[in-house]
Amino acid sequence: MDLLEDDGPAGGGNNTPEFSVAELSGAVKRTLEATFGRVRVRGEIGRVMHARSGHLYYTLKDDRNALDCTTWKGQVRGLGVLPEEGLEVIVTGKLSGYGPQSKYNMNVDSMEVAGEGALMAMLEKRRKALAAEGLFDAERKQTLPFLPEVIGVVTSPQGAVIRDILHRLRDRFPRKVLVWPVPVQGPDCAPKVAAAIHGFNAFTQGGALPRPDLLIVARGGGSVEDLWGFNEEAVVRAAAESAIPLISAVGHETDTTLIDHASDRRAPTPTAAAEMAVPVRADLLAHIETLGARASRALGAAQNQRGQRLRDLSRGLPRAESLLDIPAQRLDALDRRLPAALSARVARDQVRLGQAAGALRPSALERATQGQAEQLRTRSERAQRAAGRLVRLAATQFQQLSARLSPTPLDRQVQMQRQALDQVAGRLETVQRQHLRDATARLAALGRMVDTLSYTATLARGFAVVRGADGILTSASAARAAGTFEIEFAGRETVPAQSLSAAPRPRARPKRSEPDRDDGQGSLL
Amino acid sequence: MSDDNNDISQMSFEQAMAELEQVVSRLESGDVALEESITLYERGAALREHCAGKLKQAEEKIAKITLDGSGAPTGTQPMEPQ
Repeated sequence: MDLLEDDGPAGGGNNTPEFSVAELSGAVKRTLEATFGRVRVRGEIGRVMHARSGHLYYTLKDDRNALDCTTWKGQVRGLGVLPEEGLEVIVTGKLSGYGPQSKYNMNVDSMEVAGEGALMAMLEKRRKALAAEGLFDAERKQTLPFLPEVIGVVTSPQGAVIRDILHRLRDRFPRKVLVWPVPVQGPDCAPKVAAAIHGFNAFTQGGALPRPDLLIVARGGGSVEDLWGFNEEAVVRAAAESAIPLISAVGHETDTTLIDHASDRRAPTPTAAAEMAVPVRADLLAHIETLGARASRALGAAQNQRGQRLRDLSRGLPRAESLLDIPAQRLDALDRRLPAALSARVARDQVRLGQAAGALRPSALERATQGQAEQLRTRSERAQRAAGRLVRLAATQFQQLSARLSPTPLDRQVQMQRQALDQVAGRLETVQRQHLRDATARLAALGRMVDTLSYTATLARGFAVVRGADGILTSASAARAAGTFEIEFAGRETVPAQSLSAAPRPRARPKRSEPDRDDGQGSLL
Repeated sequence: MSDDNNDISQMSFEQAMAELEQVVSRLESGDVALEESITLYERGAALREHCAGKLKQAEEKIAKITLDGSGAPTGTQPMEPQ
């Protein structure tokens, strides 16, 4: 049917206008926006999603329903309170539709915590979380400088707060003050205060801007909401991290914000912060002067005291001469005693000498001699007795030995030796006679042999011996050379002779082949 | 003497005053040798002078930090307390 009706545009009975999806979505969106306009909605925040684009998506819910909410990136800063899950809030914004997903949602541009109770609950939760991190630990607290040179103040440049601080500083101790202007409420408050604390810490010593020795973060009193920026995590963390000692002075005495927990000192008011920051110059000057005066007085007193003591002591000091009096007196006394002591000593020694000399007499020596003579006598008697004994013993031994001594054996031996000698002498005589006979016989034989062998016997057989002046001549040439000689014949008779062939000998020599033998023969004949 | 007291110029007011107080009480105790008491007094005088100097440097100068668009400090401008 529907199809047919659609096909037939002129189909009657149905006047319902026809929309496209886009038309209807647009119409719904317009209706939502027009009907509700800006609305305030109270609820508890459910899931929160921080998109990377910077937009925030979250839901607002009660026990049965949920409302999708968006806050665009550009709106986040103006939101006031950032959505946190479980936080009871009242949001303000406008309702709209989202065609692509057939959804409606609320674009929220403002958010506040729903009631003090909820706000306090959230604050307590945050405080516990930060305390758990140790940001509020007592060990983190730094001591404030006694007299800072430069004080950095983070606050609004207008209003009573900075005025009070500067006045009080001027009263006590005028110092260099650098004011870092920040908004002290509203959405910009927390990020700017945090940036200011970081900014002061970033100053370097000796840089273009002097680095403060002390920071004061201050704000006047206000509602919980007004002071809310000083409860923000960024501010609390910046205060805790500050290397420069930091005094917080936010709100009135009864107001406590989280920065007070993180700061090094909490001042109940801005004026009190200035009082903590510097000492009173006039008091110090007076104190210094007092100290100076006390030092001078003490030194003067010390000197006076010592001077007095010196005078007292000098009075007590004895005169130099008087120091010698007693020793001199002692010397005199000793001097007097010295000769007496010497003579006393001599006398004492004389007495001792006399005693010793008295004991020294000849009888004493005699006594000693007699004793020794007695001893000598005793000993010589003993020696004589001993000697007699020795002699008798030796005589006995001698007698025994001489009894054993007899000549008989000696005689016997002599007898035997004599017989042996007689025998040997007998034999010697016999042998001697025989030797004599033998020698006589051999002498006769040898005599005969000599006679036989003698040249005289030869002479007897007609031979002769020729002798020159120099002996026997055995050759003709020798005879010729000798000239004169003698000839021996048997019976020892000699005849002188002369060689005749001495003259013709040179003539015969060339004619004969054997002149020597011929000459010899010839002369001899 | 001045050599020994060179360190004083580097002292903070608080340190110098604390030492000055010590010096004075030692001097007042009277158990310091005479020589030392003079040295001590001289040091005390130097400390006092240093402290007084620090106190005289009480100049008031108040300035407001100027910031650029991104919140970074660019300089200072004088600021009068009302």
